[in-house]
Amino acid sequence: MRGTDADIIDALVGITPGSSLDAIRARRPEARAHAQATYRALFTPDVLGNVSAPERFAVGAFVAGLHGATAIAVGYAARLAQSGASAALKDAVDAAVKEAKTHGPYGSYPAGPLSREDTAGPVYRVGAATRGTLGPRLAAAFEHVHMLVFHPRDAAAAALQALLDAGWSTTDIVTLSQIVAFLSFQIRVVTGLRILAGRP
Amino acid sequence: MTDTVLVPPHHTVPTAFTRAQLDWLPWLEPLAVEALSPRHMASLVDAARVKSPYFRLLARDPDALEARTRTDKDIFYNPDAGLPRAERELAAAATSRFNGCLYCASVHARHAATYSKREDDVQRLLDAGVTADLGERWNAIVAASVALTATPSAFGPEHVDRLRRAGLDDLAISDVIHAAAFFNWANRLMLSLGEPAAAAAP
Repeated sequence: MRGTDADIIDALVGITPGSSLDAIRARRPEARAHAQATYRALFTPDVLGNVSAPERFAVGAFVAGLHGATAIAVGYAARLAQSGASAALKDAVDAAVKEAKTHGPYGSYPAGPLSREDTAGPVYRVGAATRGTLGPRLAAAFEHVHMLVFHPRDAAAAALQALLDAGWSTTDIVTLSQIVAFLSFQIRVVTGLRILAGRP
Repeated sequence: MTDTVLVPPHHTVPTAFTRAQLDWLPWLEPLAVEALSPRHMASLVDAARVKSPYFRLLARDPDALEARTRTDKDIFYNPDAGLPRAERELAAAATSRFNGCLYCASVHARHAATYSKREDDVQRLLDAGVTADLGERWNAIVAASVALTATPSAFGPEHVDRLRRAGLDDLAISDVIHAAAFFNWANRLMLSLGEPAAAAAP
């Protein structure tokens, strides 16, 4: 695994050596190092397997865009372009973000006392024009990603079947799920630390 | 081989948040114990996790699993100052309660109760939800975790100020941020790759 890349969270928060947040992150050195190692494992792994670099970065740009995390989304979109993706794919990701953006978390519980907390919200289906550029495999992924980002308690085995039907293997689905879940962490750490840094 | 979705065996679906022990049943095939390579075994970090279908499923991407686990352990177990362990677990439980992950909430509510000895307050969080009144320090930690869990984020300077007024220093506030952020990672895997089941009677 590559070990000399710049720390993404530090870069996105704007943490400089010797700053107070640099000292705070240094108190949790394993978390700092392995958040970065997770990024490498999911976006620049030694072996890509069945999930291509453009697929990984397209999902990354989509997740960041859905979070309204503009600076982070710009970074993933730039890496998407560097991964050899077409300008049309980058535009399709932007279009999908516009189609899919909402507020979470919402969703339903198993029928019972928690049903009174059920909150309705949209189930995303990729628009026809966007689907044409994404292709069926990435379109199925984006529909799943939207559920994971905004209404994860609606998850069901049927959603995984839809991914299998679109050509994602069991191992591919683990990687896809980790990308979305990890970014849900990375984006929140960046958001939180930026606000902490702005409140000296 | 064509991959398929697993149909879990007959089980009791939990319908309320609980501190009781739950099982977790996968919707996708974990790696078989006998199929685990040395790399897969190392990615589990703790050898005992070989018994867990959740970790054997995640071991299909071993580099991501190992890095995930080492991140998790430092955020929750690093004993060097910052937020007390009980309150790191509180942030995890509150995040899980808000996202709706019954399995994650059960584990971390149990830990929060064990380390804080405040079983009634933890149970109130599970029963009434994230607006339950748990006293100002815990309310501030729950509110910050919930705001950071919303998509898009609702976390702002007012949450930092409230945590400081409640006595947290910046390392402790960073621990709240990391604990809540980490459970946005964990909840999404637990919720989407399988389902909880009430543990069979012993």
